[in-house]
Amino acid sequence: MTLAVILKQVPDVVEELAIAPSGTDLDRDSVSYVVNEFDEHALEEALLLREATGEDVVVVGVDTTGELDQALYTALAKGAQRAVKLVGDFEGSWLSTRALAGLLAPVIRELSPRLVLTGVQAPDDLDGQLAPTLGALLDWPHTGVVVGTELADGVVRVRKELWGGIMLDLELATPAVLGIQAARATPRYVPVGRVRQAMRESTIEEVEVETPVESAPKLSRLRAPEAAGRAEMLTGSPSDVAERILEILRARGLY
Amino acid sequence: MDSSLRKVQDVWEQDTAIVEGVDISGPWNRMFGQRVIWDYTPELIDEIASLPGAESFAWCYQCGKCVPVCPVDVVGDYGPRKLYRKAQTGISLLDSPDLWLCTTCMNCLRVCPKQVDMVQIMPAAREQALLSGRPLPAELQEALENTARYGNPLGQPPRKREAWVKDAGVPVPILHQIQRPVEWLWWVECYPSYHPRGIDASIALARIFHALGLDFGILGREEKCAGDSQRLAGERGLFEMLAEENIRTLSKYEFHHIVVTDPHALNAFRKQYPKYGGQYDVWHYTTLLARELPRLRPLLTRQLPYRLTFHDPCYLGRHNGEYDAPRQLIEALPGVEFTEMPRCRQNSYCCGGGGGGMWLDSFAAGRQRRRLSEERVLEAVATGADTLVICCPYEVSRFEDAVKSTGHEGRLRVRDIAELLAEAMGLIGEEPAKA
Ligand code: SF4
Ligand code: SF4
Repeated sequence: MTLAVILKQVPDVVEELAIAPSGTDLDRDSVSYVVNEFDEHALEEALLLREATGEDVVVVGVDTTGELDQALYTALAKGAQRAVKLVGDFEGSWLSTRALAGLLAPVIRELSPRLVLTGVQAPDDLDGQLAPTLGALLDWPHTGVVVGTELADGVVRVRKELWGGIMLDLELATPAVLGIQAARATPRYVPVGRVRQAMRESTIEEVEVETPVESAPKLSRLRAPEAAGRAEMLTGSPSDVAERILEILRARGLY
Repeated sequence: MDSSLRKVQDVWEQDTAIVEGVDISGPWNRMFGQRVIWDYTPELIDEIASLPGAESFAWCYQCGKCVPVCPVDVVGDYGPRKLYRKAQTGISLLDSPDLWLCTTCMNCLRVCPKQVDMVQIMPAAREQALLSGRPLPAELQEALENTARYGNPLGQPPRKREAWVKDAGVPVPILHQIQRPVEWLWWVECYPSYHPRGIDASIALARIFHALGLDFGILGREEKCAGDSQRLAGERGLFEMLAEENIRTLSKYEFHHIVVTDPHALNAFRKQYPKYGGQYDVWHYTTLLARELPRLRPLLTRQLPYRLTFHDPCYLGRHNGEYDAPRQLIEALPGVEFTEMPRCRQNSYCCGGGGGGMWLDSFAAGRQRRRLSEERVLEAVATGADTLVICCPYEVSRFEDAVKSTGHEGRLRVRDIAELLAEAMGLIGEEPAKA
């Protein structure tokens, strides 16, 4: 049996993002990509499950950036057994979460995994729609905001974070789709030598997919957030600043 | 067997023995018999000594010379002898926090009669720990991931690497912009490019180079971390990747020599890059400026009323043999008083930043009475100095933090030699250039 992990690359915001002259896209020449942070946790959780149960881990991604290989090789170096890359004519488009789920669903069904793990959300999926949409398309149970998993006979027990620190333990029949909020351990380090070895020694399986025709709304303009101008810089000695902070908190009834 | 020998438990005695007229019969000539040493296993020593580069771990004969000179032992419990002994008694170095505490300062190798070389042993053992999937301290993991992703351990954007130049106040040519050969390629390195106090020293140095009319240029955003400390922290693969990329970048440009701000970069270029095909004539900036002293001296016109002491960086001094250039520069500063710390030159103490220590600060601090940087600051204060002079970019942040944590704020300042020279030249004020 296998555990499928979905990896997605998102723009790295460490470098300032620039908008392309078209006004409807990021300046892709200056963007660099990183794996969505929550997806890193999904992979780590899958690797921890593998250590406990011996399942194979398959990482799956849609190559919208032309640079997905790096992320897939890194996952292989960390301990995944297979990597599957969906390729197509995606250049110059951002796939909506719905379109992404549509492309992934048949490929994942084919893999017939015991579990699908993905990040709970992504910078371009702030509502965390990927796990529920995939669950709906596959007609498998799903849940999000997962912070721990355990596989048992025919079920997966998950711990899910609610609000105010309340945790919910539930059991889902497998196969199931999970949106991972945090793995039980910090995503592991993989030495660069191991990644390079994976690049030499392993292969990424490719699946051609059709570009989806989307009924999503059309983007008309992208712009950088404007400063609201409500910030007040506090100056003076530390005790003056502390005094002023207390004053502000008091004025707002927060202290 | 000599019939006069009799065995008293495990001890041999000769009933009658008169040596040169002295009667040492009976217990007076007692000798211990041979015994089988059974209380240790060599397995965990072999575990380390079998790693390529770490062979010398097994050569230790427990003389103990290394322990008192080990800067980590001064504030804790450490040294090659102790690591060897622990391995004998069943503590695996690979699984012990000890693995991360050595700063590869090289002071033990200086005194070791058996050439047990922690500078080789530590990276090999750490690499083995990483490759076998053992967890590493979180701060170090973050620095390594940042270096792999952004080319600097601070996690700063690569494009911002040359941003300090706009505050330099003098032209700092960037090679990808000027497209002409230069005599000196200045390898600025990460902390001098991104850390606020590192930038202060970079600005000072840029102004000095400019005042001397040096034909120089920097790589700016094309430069990546030279990677030496990551290598010593066990990430050889990352180091190789950085070395290959940097050598490729350097091959695009024409220059005669490299001048580095960072002794760790000096070490990488001198000792490691040649293995990957990068052969360069590399100078530390203090060496270059000391050579330029005849032209520099007349420009040092301002009196500096400071009492100075100087910290030898491990990777400039012990590792690369440069002790004199920084001192020549300090002595050329008009008006200063200079006192050495007791531990100086070959026996200099270590700031704790080398060998990955820069990214293990909390990890190490939790296992030592005080930080190495704090120990050194106390030594500097005891000389009566008001300024601790440094010439390695790891040190300014480490020592400034230590000045605060030991309660000496306002009594000891930490300044790069470049800052003092620039001040004496009237190129910067007494306060940091950028402030
Ligand atoms: S100085 Fe060398 S031989 Fe002596 S105890 Fe230390 S490591 Fe061993
Ligand atoms: S290299 Fe320095 S820190 Fe490491 S064991 Fe030797 S003396 Fe101690």
